[in-house]
Amino acid sequence: MFTEQISIFLENKTGRIAEVTSILAEADINIRALSLADTSDFGVLRLIVNNNEKAGEVLKSQGFTVNKTRVVAVEVEDKPGGLHNILDVINKAGLNIEYMYAFVQHSKSNAVMIFRFDKVDDAVIVLKENGMAVIDGDKVSRM
Amino acid sequence: MIFDIEYETMPREALESIQLRRLRTTLERVNTTVPFYQEKFKAAGILPGDVNSLEDLQKIPFTTKQDLRDNYPFGMFAVPMDNVVRIHASSGTTGQPTVVGYTARDINTWSILMARSLVAGGASRDDIIHNAYGYGLFTGGLGVHYGAEKLGASIIPVSGGNTKRQIIIMKDFGPTILTATPSYTLYLAEVAKEMGVSFEDLKFKFGIFGAEPWSENMRKEIENKLNLVAVDIYGLSEVMGPGVAIECHEAQNGLHVFEDHFLAEIINPDTGEVLPYGETGELVFTSLTKEAFPVIRYRTRDITSLNPEPCICGRTHIRMKRVSGRSDDMLIIRGVNVFPSQIESVLMKIDEVEPHYQLVVDRKDNLDTLTVNVEVGENLFSDEVRQLQDMEKKIAKDIKEYLGVSAIVKLVEPKTIARSEGKAIRVIDNRKI
Repeated sequence: MFTEQISIFLENKTGRIAEVTSILAEADINIRALSLADTSDFGVLRLIVNNNEKAGEVLKSQGFTVNKTRVVAVEVEDKPGGLHNILDVINKAGLNIEYMYAFVQHSKSNAVMIFRFDKVDDAVIVLKENGMAVIDGDKVSRM
Repeated sequence: MIFDIEYETMPREALESIQLRRLRTTLERVNTTVPFYQEKFKAAGILPGDVNSLEDLQKIPFTTKQDLRDNYPFGMFAVPMDNVVRIHASSGTTGQPTVVGYTARDINTWSILMARSLVAGGASRDDIIHNAYGYGLFTGGLGVHYGAEKLGASIIPVSGGNTKRQIIIMKDFGPTILTATPSYTLYLAEVAKEMGVSFEDLKFKFGIFGAEPWSENMRKEIENKLNLVAVDIYGLSEVMGPGVAIECHEAQNGLHVFEDHFLAEIINPDTGEVLPYGETGELVFTSLTKEAFPVIRYRTRDITSLNPEPCICGRTHIRMKRVSGRSDDMLIIRGVNVFPSQIESVLMKIDEVEPHYQLVVDRKDNLDTLTVNVEVGENLFSDEVRQLQDMEKKIAKDIKEYLGVSAIVKLVEPKTIARSEGKAIRVIDNRKI
């Protein structure tokens, strides 16, 4: 039910993201979704790729600090209020979203959002009980 | 002017005979009252009675800062606590500062030596002294204070900080002597300028600056900006505090060591061999009159040389050159002593942090800044920025708490800290002093 995300620590220096993408390209890894959070000194690049194991390996071998985190991918109806329906469910259940970002590709005619919860297990249960379309991790990396 | 003309201008022969007499008395006393020295002398196979000349002192083993730490807090005191009237502690050490004590007579001696220093630096009893050294466990503030009172000058115990108020006091009270650290002095100059106050309109004649390394260039800058004559003062709490040595304003060329109270030697820091006058090495002090906290051949780690040439001021006491560096890796940041190993032990108390760090010291707008770069390993890393920022804050808070110095903490990528021959370069000191 969960999707695995890899995150990479980056200093705020010119060309650092390009370095990551070049390493991934060389390893024939496809980026599915990404989000970058930054401060004045450093940033955290979060990626969903088609091969987490390999991506982690090649990045670590190039000296990057890499972590894996479980996130949840949810289909969002591509119409007004689509995202709100999901957030409403999360809110009513008292769950906390650490961060969220949108997927690059669509699933059929729907958008896909990635959520990072502090209580990821509870979140999946709540979302499913409320009929939300949680996408399986395997499927996400194949999308 | 000379405060204590008899002692300060004593012929060297007479001075040396006083030194030997006082040295023997001190050695006898620590041998009976301080177990640390008793054991050390015994292990070296030497008795105080074996010291028949000043050269014989070379047979006695050195004392190090680590020895003082090992005997924390009062293990090195040579008198019972009921004779101790004051306790000071050295700045910035992890959990275990160096603690020093003073008897009433020690305080009196210190006051006299500080009065001598103030006079050598141009002060007289007619002066008003603006004392911006910090008051507290640090010896700077109270050391100058007691010396000024002994001299009979008027002291303003303004201490450090609250800089704008300091400038107002300077304008309104008209102090004629400034005592402060050189870096704070330059900061004062800047704040005064911002407030539209010109030092040309103030009444300062002399400034006595120390407690941190500075250079001839800084002296020129201070003299120009503050419109006064600047002299260098030296001291360390382990030996007494400020007033161990002072530059005379007449020559401004080397600091007279008050040799009737302290015996100075220069050694090769690697071999411990005593070096002749003029050669550069590590400064070593032996107390000659201290009661509560005498030190025997204490290695200061300060690098300098000694000059026995007569001085135009008339003082016969030997002159030490401005301290040019350290024989260890100690940094002095805004007057606080910081060893990289102390930062390391603070970092190591945090589980997530690995021992990959680097200290970058800079001087911006005349104030020292310390940046601690910490490499982000897998244990520390989080996909949440907030957690990383919290970690930066925690490290900075711990450093402030344990070492008393403010640091900017920066998380950096792994393996980005320069390593030379596999060994990380721990300290980059960019200060041009």
